[in-house]
This record gives sequence, structure tokens and C-alpha cells, in this order.
Amino acid sequence: MSDRLPGIRPAPTLASRLDAAGRAAFPAASTALGLLLISAPVGLPAAAELRLAVAFTCVFFWTVFRPASVPPLVVFVLGLLCDLLGQAPLGLDILVLLAVQGVALKLRRVLEKQGFVRVWMAFASCAAAASVATWLGTMALTMRLLSATPAVATAMIAAGLYPVLAFPLSRAHRTLAEPRHA
Amino acid sequence: MRQALSRLTLPVLMAVAFALVLVGKADTLLEMRLRVALDDALAPIYGAMAKPLMRAQDSIGWVRGLLDVQAQNVRLRQENDRLLRWQRVAEALALRNRELEAELHWMPPRPATFVTAPIVADTSGLYAHAVLVALRRGHTVHKGDIALDGGGLVGRVTEVGARSARVLLITDLNSRVPVMLVGSHAPALMVGTNASMPKLTFWPQGVVPREGERVVTSAAGGVFPADLPVGTVHYSRAHVAEVLPDARLDRLDIIRLFDFGSLGTVAPEKAARRHRIGPP
Repeated sequence: MSDRLPGIRPAPTLASRLDAAGRAAFPAASTALGLLLISAPVGLPAAAELRLAVAFTCVFFWTVFRPASVPPLVVFVLGLLCDLLGQAPLGLDILVLLAVQGVALKLRRVLEKQGFVRVWMAFASCAAAASVATWLGTMALTMRLLSATPAVATAMIAAGLYPVLAFPLSRAHRTLAEPRHA
Repeated sequence: MRQALSRLTLPVLMAVAFALVLVGKADTLLEMRLRVALDDALAPIYGAMAKPLMRAQDSIGWVRGLLDVQAQNVRLRQENDRLLRWQRVAEALALRNRELEAELHWMPPRPATFVTAPIVADTSGLYAHAVLVALRRGHTVHKGDIALDGGGLVGRVTEVGARSARVLLITDLNSRVPVMLVGSHAPALMVGTNASMPKLTFWPQGVVPREGERVVTSAAGGVFPADLPVGTVHYSRAHVAEVLPDARLDRLDIIRLFDFGSLGTVAPEKAARRHRIGPP
């Protein structure tokens, strides 16, 4: 990224390259770590719903504000992690997370200029649609009628989680994940 | 060109994900292999995390215990009296049982082998209830082994790796356990519903499960051994018969994985030799 900006700067050393790589990998790595930690035996209530909500929030936030740090391949891997950790039908969470990213990419030009509340509302609608898609997808793949309660819970947790996570994430967006600080 | 390619990545990956959904549906072995590989990689990490977490929980419990030590003392004394009475009853019953077994030339089932292991992660999904167990290399756990905690039946082992195993809980949607109602000796089926209490179904006509009636496993179907403690009957608000599990499914920390082998059925000639039954 910094190579494309005009200006004179010292040649990158190994340490600065590692630093830049670390900053670029921060969004994906922190999301994956978050997903793994939620499954840890700490007795978290509604861990399954929370895991999906965290995945929705992080993918949406980073796609809107720093799309280069979460390329679709990374989202694919995060989705696979959700599928395997959460005993979901293989591929379903990947599809849903990629769809969330697709929506976020479409909306990002508009959302970048909006205030926090509008981004939050857009995310809440997107997370609700994604939760319903997960519910419908699971029903289609297991050929069973399933209760909508976990999907509703996921949508509500995601909507409630966004402001909580957006604050540290936007701080990280400006500091830790900023390659120009490397 | 590069931009066009990067725009194509998302739709291509979505197509790959869709293909994965179809492949996963057709070939469940692939999904299982991927899951086992991830579990084997994660189990030692979760295992290492579990120790300090358990220690922290223990210290919180210790501090809480200090706060109501007197009330706890009174409760424990009463409980101890009650348990001592039950111990005498149990000893008398065990003696009588031994006498009756000797009288009837009872063939005892092969003693089950078991492995005790810590639960290191909750791998439940939106529509699945499972836990991850950390194991040592060279363990003897098999798919289909039965998991119990201190209270009762927890579930069955569905996937086994080199260092981990997944246990599908009795509350999972796919769980079906043949059970017996202790009061009426009636068979029934306990079906997981994704809620905290599995539903009781298919009991015979003329039998009504009573509130608080004990439920144990039944050997029908040859999957579970008979008489493992499962729970008690409880009617929900909508008057649906459910089973309140004896196992503490929401706070599992250590479980035992039992290998009942071929459920204690002994080959006839061996049985005859062991108990000297049949023609001399």
C-alpha cells in the first residue's frame, strides 16, 4: 500500500517488512483467534450464537473499512473454521460469510461516509439476513424443520455486539492494523 | 487485468463453497476428516488453556465456599447422615444381589473399560450440541463409546482423532437413546431437540411417564448397555414429557468414555466354560 504513495522513504528492512506483514494480518488473525477463544472451556453462554455473531461483525467491519486486509480467501478460511468448530453443515458458514462480505463490499462506498449509527443499522440488517440464511440453509441441508430461536438470538447478539466490538476495532484500524505506521 | 481477477475471486469462492456444501452432503467422510484434523491440532492448545482456567474457577469457588462455610457445613452434615443410611441399604442390597446371582448362575457382563478425559472445548453450533475431549496419543477410545459424567449419561463419541474426540450430547438433534422408565419398566425413546432437555417419545400405550420417574438406558437396539442413569421425567409447560438429565451438561469438565465392547454379550461356548453350564 505504502509503495503506491509518492514520496521518499528508507528502503524497507526485514523488521519493517515483518511489522507491515503483522499489521496486514492483524484483522484476519484477531478474528480467527476470537473464534477459537469463544470455544474455549470458559462456560460462555450461547457460545455458538456468539461465534457466528463475532464472525459477521469482524468480516463486515474489516470489509467496509479495510477490505484489503480480509480478501475473500481469508473469509473462506474463517467460514471453514466456523463450520468445523460449530458442527455446522460443511460449507454453509463459508457461503453465508462470503455473502456478508459481498454485501459489505457493495455498500462500502456509501457506508464509509456515514455516521456510526447508520453503519450499525446496515450491519444489523445484514446480520439478521445472514442469520436467517443460516437457519434456512441448515433446514434445507438437514431436511428438518428447526426452531428459529438460535437464528433470532444470533441476529440480536450480532446487533448488540457491533457497538462493543466497533470501538476496539476502529482503534485497531487506525493504529495496529495501519500499514503506514510500520 | 489484476482488478478483474480480484473481482472474480468472491464469486468463484462462493461457487467453491457451494460445491463444498454439495460434496459435504454427499461425502460425510470428508467433513469428518477435516473436523478430526482441526480437533487434533486444537485439542492440545485448548488443553493447555483449560488448566489455568480450571484453576481460576477453583479459586473463585474456594472464595465463595469461604463465604457460606457454616451453611454448607450444616447441609453437608445432613447429607452425610442421609448418605450413610443409603450406604447401609446399598450394602444389604449388594449382598442380596450376590446371593441371587450365585443362585441363578448369573453371567456377569464383561467389565467395561473406560478412559477419563477433560472436556477442552464446547464445539456446539446453532443446531448441534457437542464437546471436544482431549486425549493422549495411543488412546483406546473408539467411535461409539459412551460418555458419562459423575451424574449420568452425557452422549456418544462420534469422531475420534489421534489426540481428540468429539462427543455428541444427548441434547443434540441427532441423538436418539433407547431408554426405560424405571417405575413401569416401559421402554421409550429419548430424542434430542436442541433444547436443554431431551423429549421422551414412543412409550407403550397404557403407560404414562410419571413426573419425577427415573429414566435409565435400555439395551434395546444394542447400542447402549442397560441401566445407565439418564435422568428423571419432567413435564414442560406445554405438557410434553421431557427428561431432566442427571449429567451436568451445561458445566461439563471431566467425563469418562466407556467402551462396552459388544455390550457384554459373551460367546456361548465361552460362557458355558466359564460357568460350567450345559452338558459335561
